[in-house]
Amino acid sequence: MRRIIPVLALSAGLLLPGLAMADDVTPGQFTANNVWMMIAAGLVFIMHLGFATLESGLTRAKNTTNILFKNTFIVAAGILMYALLGFNLMYPGDFSLGGFFGFAGFGISTGAEGNTIAYADGGYTYWTDFLFQAMFAATAATIVSGAVAERVKLASFMVFSVFFVGLVYPIVGSWKWGGGWLDQMGFYDFAGSTLVHSVGGWGALVGAMMLGPRIGKYVGDRMTPIPGSNMPMAAVGVFLLWLGWFGFNGGSVLSADPEATSFTLVTTCLAASAGAIAAMMTSWFQFSKPDLSMALNGILAGLVGITAGADTVSILGSVLIGLIAGVLVVYSVTVFDRIKIDDPVGAISVHLVCGIWGTLAVGIFSTNPEHSFVTQLIGVVAYGVTTLICATAIFGAVKATMGLRVSENEELEGLDLAEHGSHAYDFSLGSGFMEPSEAPKHAPLATSVAATDRA
Amino acid sequence: MKKIEAIIKPFKLDDAKAALGEIGIDGMTVSEVRGFGRQKGHSELYRGAEYVVEFHPKVKIEIVVLDDLVEKVSVALRESAGSGKIGDGKIFIYPVEEAVRIRTGERGESAIS
Repeated sequence: MRRIIPVLALSAGLLLPGLAMADDVTPGQFTANNVWMMIAAGLVFIMHLGFATLESGLTRAKNTTNILFKNTFIVAAGILMYALLGFNLMYPGDFSLGGFFGFAGFGISTGAEGNTIAYADGGYTYWTDFLFQAMFAATAATIVSGAVAERVKLASFMVFSVFFVGLVYPIVGSWKWGGGWLDQMGFYDFAGSTLVHSVGGWGALVGAMMLGPRIGKYVGDRMTPIPGSNMPMAAVGVFLLWLGWFGFNGGSVLSADPEATSFTLVTTCLAASAGAIAAMMTSWFQFSKPDLSMALNGILAGLVGITAGADTVSILGSVLIGLIAGVLVVYSVTVFDRIKIDDPVGAISVHLVCGIWGTLAVGIFSTNPEHSFVTQLIGVVAYGVTTLICATAIFGAVKATMGLRVSENEELEGLDLAEHGSHAYDFSLGSGFMEPSEAPKHAPLATSVAATDRA
Repeated sequence: MKKIEAIIKPFKLDDAKAALGEIGIDGMTVSEVRGFGRQKGHSELYRGAEYVVEFHPKVKIEIVVLDDLVEKVSVALRESAGSGKIGDGKIFIYPVEEAVRIRTGERGESAIS
């Protein structure tokens, strides 16, 4: 409940002088809170490094520039769209349509008390609020890019994400975090298992379905794996995402409250760890060999799963949530492949399936008696139906006007060459060793020429 | 002059190079190739799906020598690059019409020694 509190606090302060809650926070605490929130915003930003490296690691080298370009666009466009209208759609203050829609106007500006303790109970300033939330918005869109990778048209994806992040994400987000109808009903999503991850996940599902699978992935009844090009990048990407989650969940406390922040970070890390182990064991059992990419997906599954209730479940609860998420993600990847929905990085399994699980898990494991499974389920369904319809509408409109998928030739030659006219990696012949005596002042370029044991 | 092309297992390259050096051959060209003969493919696993990799990584060594060295080279390569198992590789021998040293323009035997 973000903007509702400052609005109430201001009203209370005006109507009942002397009872303003803002007096409880000292200027020093305000600074500490705000510093932590700004750090958290930076940590959430790190998730974009994670997505960039993870997605390029799990896709083929001929498409790396393209995937990185999409990731770059999303964060840049996401922040700008959020400043233009997203923030004020998500936190309208007043709802014009019964808790479903409200808009506080274009652009961002602090208003009278945006940078004081009165704004958010001394938790952060207006600007910090905007930035922290903007980072979340961009995250929702980047989830989609993994599922549509290697075959979506760049321009089509850019158009989709502008509407998805610009309009859909903040409007449905306002239903909970903006104080809308789901919030009033008691639905709980601490840091966005539903609002960020499942919203992104539904978009990913629709995108993958409407695009169709990559050429060669499903031939007859067989599934031909298309292995990723760079496992170190994928692994580093997941660890960066985990690091980012310190801010994603830790910052969702909305202050530097020692107990809440430290507890939340613990549940977060426990769930991630449990998810990793569960996914490792499940993939080992299912596939007879332990799969690294599944273990990595397991970490993310645990993180997504704990995100709805990181501050409100017990230690044991967080471990169980992570374990179940880790098992779910492995089976989910298998199921989606069986029904021929091609998801190059497992985005749908990680974010949609585990996002739903995390949301429902609040109804099962929360220590707060006000949380109920039924309310969580209502929220899941509401977000699911709405996001499905919106994503289908946007992707559908894009498909009808600009086309969604690259041509077969473009897909085979690689999007880097087809859409960008360049390579991500230096494949040029002739950029090899120079004789030291001939080299200009800089050191010789290193390219491997001799073959070593790689068998 | 003859050109000798040897396709060997990649981890045997250092041994082969050493063996060739011992019989006086200090120059060669090496490239990474893929191929198969009687060596069947092996299967790999990715996210639960099995797929067969048929083209095995190999290394190709190319050298040009005078005719009288050909047999020695062949023996040296067989001894250093062979392991007794299927997939050890092959040696091909071709006639060479001419060789030219780019720096000096020398031709024939002085170009390759």
